Amino acid sequence: MQGPWNVLRGVLQLASLKLALALIGIFLFFVVAIGVQEAFKVHASNESVLAELEKAGVPEADRMRDPRLASPLRRGLEASRRFLGRRNLETIARQTTLVGVPALGMTLVIISGGIDLSVGSVVALGTVVIAWLLKHGGMGPVSAALSGVTAGALVGLVSGLLITSLRVVPFIVTLGMMLIVRGVAKGIARQQTITVDPQGLDWLLASVPPKQGWMLLPLGVWAWLILAVATAALLRYTRLGRHTFAIGSNEQTARLCGVPVERVKVLVFMLGGAFAGLGGLMQFSRLTIGDPTVAAGRELEVIAAVVIGGGSLAGGEGSILGTMVGALIMGVIASGCNQMGLPNWVQEIITGAIIVAAVAIDRLRHRRAA
Amino acid sequence: MAERVDSDQPGVWLQMRGICKRFGATVALDDVGIKVAAGHVLALVGENGAGKSTLMKVLSGAIKADAGQMWLNGVPYRPSNPLEARRAGVAMIYQELSLAPHLSVEENIMLGMEPATLGVVHWKQVRRRAIEAIRQFDNPELTPDARVGRLSVGSQQLVEIARALAIGCRVLVLDEPTSSLTQQDVDRLFELIGRLKSQGKAIVYISHFIEEVKRVADRVTVLRDGKVVGGSDVAAITTDEIIALMVGRQVEELYPRSARQSGEVVLEIEDLAGLQKPESASLQLRRGEVLGIAGLVGAGRTELLRSLFGLEPVRKGKIRLGVYTGPASPVRRWMQGAGLLSEDRKDEGLALSLNIADNVTLSRLRGFGPLGLVLPSRQDRATQQWIERLGIRCSGPRDLLSSLSGGNQQRVALARLLQHDVDVMLLDEPTRGIDVAAKAMIYKLIDELATGSKAQRRPPKAVLMVSSYLPELLGVCDQVAVMCRGILGQTHRIDQVDEHKLMLEATGQETKR
Repeated sequence: MQGPWNVLRGVLQLASLKLALALIGIFLFFVVAIGVQEAFKVHASNESVLAELEKAGVPEADRMRDPRLASPLRRGLEASRRFLGRRNLETIARQTTLVGVPALGMTLVIISGGIDLSVGSVVALGTVVIAWLLKHGGMGPVSAALSGVTAGALVGLVSGLLITSLRVVPFIVTLGMMLIVRGVAKGIARQQTITVDPQGLDWLLASVPPKQGWMLLPLGVWAWLILAVATAALLRYTRLGRHTFAIGSNEQTARLCGVPVERVKVLVFMLGGAFAGLGGLMQFSRLTIGDPTVAAGRELEVIAAVVIGGGSLAGGEGSILGTMVGALIMGVIASGCNQMGLPNWVQEIITGAIIVAAVAIDRLRHRRAA
Repeated sequence: MAERVDSDQPGVWLQMRGICKRFGATVALDDVGIKVAAGHVLALVGENGAGKSTLMKVLSGAIKADAGQMWLNGVPYRPSNPLEARRAGVAMIYQELSLAPHLSVEENIMLGMEPATLGVVHWKQVRRRAIEAIRQFDNPELTPDARVGRLSVGSQQLVEIARALAIGCRVLVLDEPTSSLTQQDVDRLFELIGRLKSQGKAIVYISHFIEEVKRVADRVTVLRDGKVVGGSDVAAITTDEIIALMVGRQVEELYPRSARQSGEVVLEIEDLAGLQKPESASLQLRRGEVLGIAGLVGAGRTELLRSLFGLEPVRKGKIRLGVYTGPASPVRRWMQGAGLLSEDRKDEGLALSLNIADNVTLSRLRGFGPLGLVLPSRQDRATQQWIERLGIRCSGPRDLLSSLSGGNQQRVALARLLQHDVDVMLLDEPTRGIDVAAKAMIYKLIDELATGSKAQRRPPKAVLMVSSYLPELLGVCDQVAVMCRGILGQTHRIDQVDEHKLMLEATGQETKR
């Protein structure tokens, strides 16, 4: 039986249901934690207000009527609801898109057994190319945006060609490209940020204005979701996708079976670069400047999303849905920590721990299955 | 002590009794027992998958038996890992040597037990003990300073044995020790075994080669399907009797042979040479024919198939496959109607982390949906047919390859050639490391393919098959050629050769053509 149900089942099969549960768990944890934290804060402030009033000799009956007092329970619930609210979810989605879009390409690359360390630099290059073209190239927003994506694809193409023709491992080639591309971006931008009128490109990832509430999410987030479905389909239902898995699982077998290994690798890196370039467009939309120093280390967040999502750095394993959930997990943690007022370093420690834990659990599951 | 039941059998150094081990549904060992006396060599023979390796893994502590007991010199012995086994005096010398190629001979011999004070190694002592260990080998290549990676395989093996002796092992297990040795090295090894015997070591010798067993062992124990099916003093049993025990059935049943009809020549190579091997190979393969290539490991048989298939470069020579001439990439070879079954199932033949359907259909992902899409349900349908026809034991086409047994994995690898419907099948060691049932299935399949079927409109195929197992070649092939040191000899009709003749040619002792 062919049909949408089968397709859906296929997509679900690939993903780890447990991972999605983990995402929901982490989310609920923050909902509760933020509420509790707020309640305690309000309680503490109430106490100090009361103490102050008592010192000032206000009679006990009047103290409770002070406008500075608030119900901890109500305020806590409000805070929780704010985290659960549409505005916050939208912010998480917008933030996650910045990692999630390049992560789609990285999923392909990692499944094929490769890795791409140049993603952060390509994102920066994307913002610079778009800004430069808008400012000096006289291009419209659409063609500038497409040029940014193309620039990313070209970087991927070069990486892919270097990897397959020089037979140097992807880690080294893309490590080199990371520096080269960063340098090129800085060169184009003359070591400065390029400030420019975004000509509507900022709208991609701007928060949804109340009038257009029917959109639910900004266009950029929708683009991410649609591309994710397309990439998942590519992986599952096309020759290119099956060949990508085969190469990552066992390159020699793929070669034996007549898979055009080199061509597939170049294509995969090119797609990876294009997605990174698209990530650059999203970044530009967010900041509306061309910044050659932006997204330093973004590649590691992107790799983390893939790996949390079940991708194996040895290749042959990984899924788009997993990667998306991985990116969302990191987005939720960032947002939650932010709103709890936790400093950045706590957030980094938690994210690091989650990466190691996710992979360790995954290995454990594998060992049991084997 | 109640457990010292064997004190009435003096001289028995190693005893295993009632060893059972199952892996999931498969019984790998069923109530297996062996005994080796000090100064004796016990040969353990059996087909691949008979349980020899599993038994030795139990002995070396690499795996735990489900039941059974072991004694060393009458003392109960229960190793929980290979290190403990070594400390107890049981050393294994595997086919794949476990040496550090970048270190010197002496460093390898003393690896992990370097005499040292506060972490500073006493190199003089290391050298003294290393020299002591290698002196008895009488091999000029073995000097304490030599880098192990530069030694010949035979010498490397000696280093490994020296390491075992240096820590005072009394039980030595040699697992297929001669499979990659030259004749000279084999002779040296046998001399050494003789000396070790006289030093009172107990030796377990595992081999496929019955002639070797007759030459080196005192006793032989035959395993089949995880059971001991026979044991005898070597002097009291003939080679044929051992083989009959190993195979457990008459040879004719194992190798069916229908009336085959030779057709046109579909593969013709002339004076083919690769980068190193083969040096020169010529042959003609006809439709409806099975052509076997015999020879020793390393003679260049695999390289011949690989350069035919475009996996290794062709230096010179002519190749014609059907109407196509010249070398071609694997992509083209598949399109031209040829398929290669790799000898290396794990590293090349199959993608173990993928499922059965993907592995079967990988070489041709066409026709599984509109617009060039690959619909998994259609992949599954195509695969299911082969699962049934070849009897692949699994729960469905989406089972991962890594969850299948060796025999079933090999069936999957074969199913790929069948699914692709190739005309010329290049099979490299198609029955290596698989159980007897799978072997019998493959022999039957080869026969069916070469015979074809008019009723089902299946034209006969051409099969080129490399094997190191001579009985199999003699049983399956119509013609056979022997490769020796990169040179492929003349093709013989199968009824004009026997094991002895092929062996002579393979070892280069028969120079006349």
